[in-house]
Amino acid sequence: MRALTWHGKHDVRVQTVPDPKIVNPRDAIIEITSTAICGSDLHLYDHYIPTMKAGDVLGHEFMGVVVEVGPGIRKLKVGQRVVIPFVIACGQCFFCQRQQYAGCDNSNPSETAGMSQMLYGYAMTGAFGYSHLTGGYAGGQAQYARVPFADIGPIVIPEGVDDDKVLFLSDILPTGWMAAENCAIEPGDTVAVWGCGPVGLFTIQCALLQGAQRVIAIDHHPARLALAQRLGAVVVNFEQSRVREALAELTGGIGPDACVDAVGMEAHGQSVDNVYDHVKAAVGLVTDRTHALRQVILACRKGGRVSIPGVYGGFTDKFPIGALMEKGLTVRSGQTHVQKYSTKLLQMVLDDKIDTTFLISHRLPLEQATEGYRLFKQEQNATTKVVLKPKQSAVH
Amino acid sequence: MTAEPVGAPSADAALALQRPARHEGPVTSDQEAESDLIGRSVTVDRPRSEVYGYWRDFTHLPRFMSGIRRVEVVDSQHARWIVGEADDQSVWETEILEARTNALISWSTSCGSHLLHRGQLEFRDAPGGRGTVITATLSYEQTGGRVGELLARLFHRDPRMQAYQDLRRFKQLMETGEIATAAPPDAAPRA
Repeated sequence: MRALTWHGKHDVRVQTVPDPKIVNPRDAIIEITSTAICGSDLHLYDHYIPTMKAGDVLGHEFMGVVVEVGPGIRKLKVGQRVVIPFVIACGQCFFCQRQQYAGCDNSNPSETAGMSQMLYGYAMTGAFGYSHLTGGYAGGQAQYARVPFADIGPIVIPEGVDDDKVLFLSDILPTGWMAAENCAIEPGDTVAVWGCGPVGLFTIQCALLQGAQRVIAIDHHPARLALAQRLGAVVVNFEQSRVREALAELTGGIGPDACVDAVGMEAHGQSVDNVYDHVKAAVGLVTDRTHALRQVILACRKGGRVSIPGVYGGFTDKFPIGALMEKGLTVRSGQTHVQKYSTKLLQMVLDDKIDTTFLISHRLPLEQATEGYRLFKQEQNATTKVVLKPKQSAVH
Repeated sequence: MTAEPVGAPSADAALALQRPARHEGPVTSDQEAESDLIGRSVTVDRPRSEVYGYWRDFTHLPRFMSGIRRVEVVDSQHARWIVGEADDQSVWETEILEARTNALISWSTSCGSHLLHRGQLEFRDAPGGRGTVITATLSYEQTGGRVGELLARLFHRDPRMQAYQDLRRFKQLMETGEIATAAPPDAAPRA
């Protein structure tokens, strides 16, 4: 089959690789019809995530048609259209039983689980196409993918619904929903969202749906701020305004009730030195990303809530622990428990309560995936979301 | 029935665990070099009888213990473990030292082996209905030569990492009915 493979920093290629096979009873094979490039794929593209190997197939936001199921699969049928959650979860362990699917204890193969145990104290769950820390599973920027525990994850999509409308149930929509849920929104609340990438934009919509009185969006890309405004947010351009002053003024001196860091940090690494060096290097940049989390904590009102859907991998310094403690903030974070939200969010999408297609700026054949990565990396203002279509032939 | 708190390792197991407890998580090979004692606990969300029963049948071991190729049961107390790679196999004659239903299994290699290996598994109810806590204590001693070298040859990785991975695979198998894999090319195609 054809697949987008990683070979090093800013080096991704569409190549022919072997087709995946059913190897475990609860596997399924999916023929992929739509597959997106995620903001977090750029961390791989920029080679900030350790444990990548040359030849890894990327992609963790994908959907398609079931073409084969293992002997342990009863409900899922060949021919069904499904969206695949990026988190691979068994559905049976301590964590899955508590709907903490992103903590699944059984989906990261034993050979790779030890690495994240060293980094974080306990082994992390498996995920598609996202380094060998999360298992080394092949991703979905390909013609086919093997989906483990296919009786738990895949979201069956009714006929007649466009791929583009439901594709983001795989990651960024539930991520935005959980980011808003972690704000524990109460009537009258103002929620401030740092970062108007795809996750931030979904967080804005979800916060309003969850009852926020007002959402304030912070970014510097005019096109992304325009999308945030269209969704109903008050926007603050951090290149033109002092963010903390603007937030204090907009909230009558109280401060936002909840603050969301939908920016994340590119500093990932296994060793303290590695991460620390990277953080120090980043301090010199204009878009200093550790700055976002500090600002989130400093801007939040006393007794407020901080929600962190943005991806972090290692350590940070100059962490404002005093502001966090003295103001009595509640911090909630985590990779998304996608499977927990699938049914509810699918229904909301089908009922047109959430707009899911507004952010797609590019639709490209899989053969042009390399160009998709380049656009998403280098032209961030105009490139809000790239969706690849493996069944489309390349346009030359 | 003693009033031992559920989930608490016995004094022996706790003692055995002291050495590995210095290391957080899996241990690298340089830390491992001369060590011969391994202890580790895992919680498996299945009833104690099921977990004990599966392990007590040593013919199941090759499914989740990657160093063991095959187990031939000789009688209720004795078995032959075929260990190592296809071109470099060893046969361990093993004997059950103690088997207390749903509570404990211990075994050792028989006298005369080059390698004296002893293993013990304790099974307890996890608190709060969370299944079964298994505490594994493994020891290796060799009559002459360096134990680390022999084990490394047999297992192709350090035995403490081996024990960590074996217990994870056992948990996966008991809880989900399968063992997670992303081994290329079939399970995870790659260029």
